[in-house]
Amino acid sequence: MTKKIKNLNLNFGPQHPAAHGVLRLILELDGEVVEKADPHIGLLHRGTEKLIENKTYMQAVPYFDRLDYVAPMNQEHAFALATEKILEIDVPIRAQYIRVIFCEIGRILSHILNVTTQAMDVGALTPTLWGFEEREKLMGFYERVSGSRLHANYFRAGGVHQDLPQGLEEDISAFCETFPKIINDLESLLTENRIFKQRNVDIGVVTKQDALDYSFSGVMIRGSGVPWDLRKSQPYDCYEQLDFKIPVGKNGDCYDRYLCRIEEMKECVSIIKQCLSKMEKGPIKSSDGKISPPSKKEIKQSMEALIHHFKLFTEGYRVPKDEIYTAVEAPKGEFGVYLISDGSNKPYKCKIRAPGFSHLQSMDYLIKGHMLADVPAVLGSLDIVFGEVDR
Amino acid sequence: MKNLIDLEKKINSELTTKIKRTEIKHNQIYLETEKDDLIDVVLFLKTNNDTKFRQLIDITVTDYPEKNKRFDVVYLFLSHEFNQRLILKYTIAENEIIPSITSIFPGANWMEREVFDMYGVSFKDHPDLRRILTDYGFEGHPLRKDFPLTGHTEVRYSEDQKKVISEPVKLEQNYRNFDYESPWQGTRYIKEELDNNDKKN
Repeated sequence: MTKKIKNLNLNFGPQHPAAHGVLRLILELDGEVVEKADPHIGLLHRGTEKLIENKTYMQAVPYFDRLDYVAPMNQEHAFALATEKILEIDVPIRAQYIRVIFCEIGRILSHILNVTTQAMDVGALTPTLWGFEEREKLMGFYERVSGSRLHANYFRAGGVHQDLPQGLEEDISAFCETFPKIINDLESLLTENRIFKQRNVDIGVVTKQDALDYSFSGVMIRGSGVPWDLRKSQPYDCYEQLDFKIPVGKNGDCYDRYLCRIEEMKECVSIIKQCLSKMEKGPIKSSDGKISPPSKKEIKQSMEALIHHFKLFTEGYRVPKDEIYTAVEAPKGEFGVYLISDGSNKPYKCKIRAPGFSHLQSMDYLIKGHMLADVPAVLGSLDIVFGEVDR
Repeated sequence: MKNLIDLEKKINSELTTKIKRTEIKHNQIYLETEKDDLIDVVLFLKTNNDTKFRQLIDITVTDYPEKNKRFDVVYLFLSHEFNQRLILKYTIAENEIIPSITSIFPGANWMEREVFDMYGVSFKDHPDLRRILTDYGFEGHPLRKDFPLTGHTEVRYSEDQKKVISEPVKLEQNYRNFDYESPWQGTRYIKEELDNNDKKN
């Protein structure tokens, strides 16, 4: 007598620690082998794009912090660049260096979180504890420069909100001296670790062609051997003047992506060091009074500055009619803003292109034929943050 | 092709009537086409050796409710080989069904689902056209310009029925539209406007 065996449907999440947020993943299992994965997303949908359409350009910036809340300033960067290109304003060189420093800090923040939580998903607890100590220091830098540990609202069109406070440069460079040792410590725990390798090597392999077809970007495409990084290929701000390498993987599996992230963190440290050594004193935002707010001191003395200040924080600045797509290399991949302005003080449309959205979409393709236990490993290496996937 | 102007010429000469308008600005190339030519144009852009736009970045729609053909469908492409970006557009009226490009770019699947969810534009031959970002059982298309910012319904847990229920939005305080472009007219209250509209009708 033969018995018919039905496939099992399993709900993975939305309340599962390895789902990295609010992912409801419906898995169809044949024994322990995954036949089909259907991610249900949108549980964190807040309507960011709709809200931005109803806010002035300056008020729209904080929404970008709340997308990928692991590396907030990288998102702001894309929006700032888009508005700057339409407005045709130049950013002072010091502001560009500050932006790059904080983008790289964001990259380290994101990669620490990803690498260590991925390790936790496959069974290692220590890296998380070691890594989060460093994240704490980095968020301290965020706080000192913007007043807030996460939701910075720091990159504005035309520059940054304010100059670095006294002593911050020295502290960041001191961090750059100690941090490589922490990366080495993390590596000593993971890179040659037998369990970590068993769980990650040859899991979730992406071929070059599929990486292109599925709109992958960032580490996901570099892990598969495509040397593509927007910081190199379409440099923005002062990346052109900096010397750094792009780590590229070979096999396109979870392990290669992990290695890419580790190497990228090392490059980040080198970029920050270069910026700190090249940076000189100078203005940190555009001198155009119609776009960047005047200093407190000016407001006290100049009528014009007072009017500018009032108009900027009520009406905001107007952006001429145009449309543009601008992308930056966020830690998770290509983060883009497709901005349509209509000449008023609010964006007519602001489509946010989140890298995680495309990556998560390929879950079905990545996980088909793998074991149930590989789901957290693959999910971890995709580097999903629901703030940006759901928007 | 490395040069954008050469690329523009090439596209115009190869696709001739299928391209309505080309423009180069912000170091990107903007194309306009027709709904019926979409598949041909996308295939050409992806496979031709001089274009090689092999990565689809995003699909989106812009809503202009006052226009006759209401929606602009926008496709963003990237060519790694030539390091170029391309923006492809065409306009459609409401209720028009447009072709899906999931067979050319598998990554278009969720992007098209998002467009369907947010704007209510339907795709022909899409393998799995469901809502994606909004809640189960959601009604309406939030990114349309005529969809109110506050939405139509709100959800809460009902102690009586012991389940999550959705009911029409009740605002404790009027929603204010801070329009500072004409500061002398004061703040517009959405509720007042709605009441006025009701009186007119």
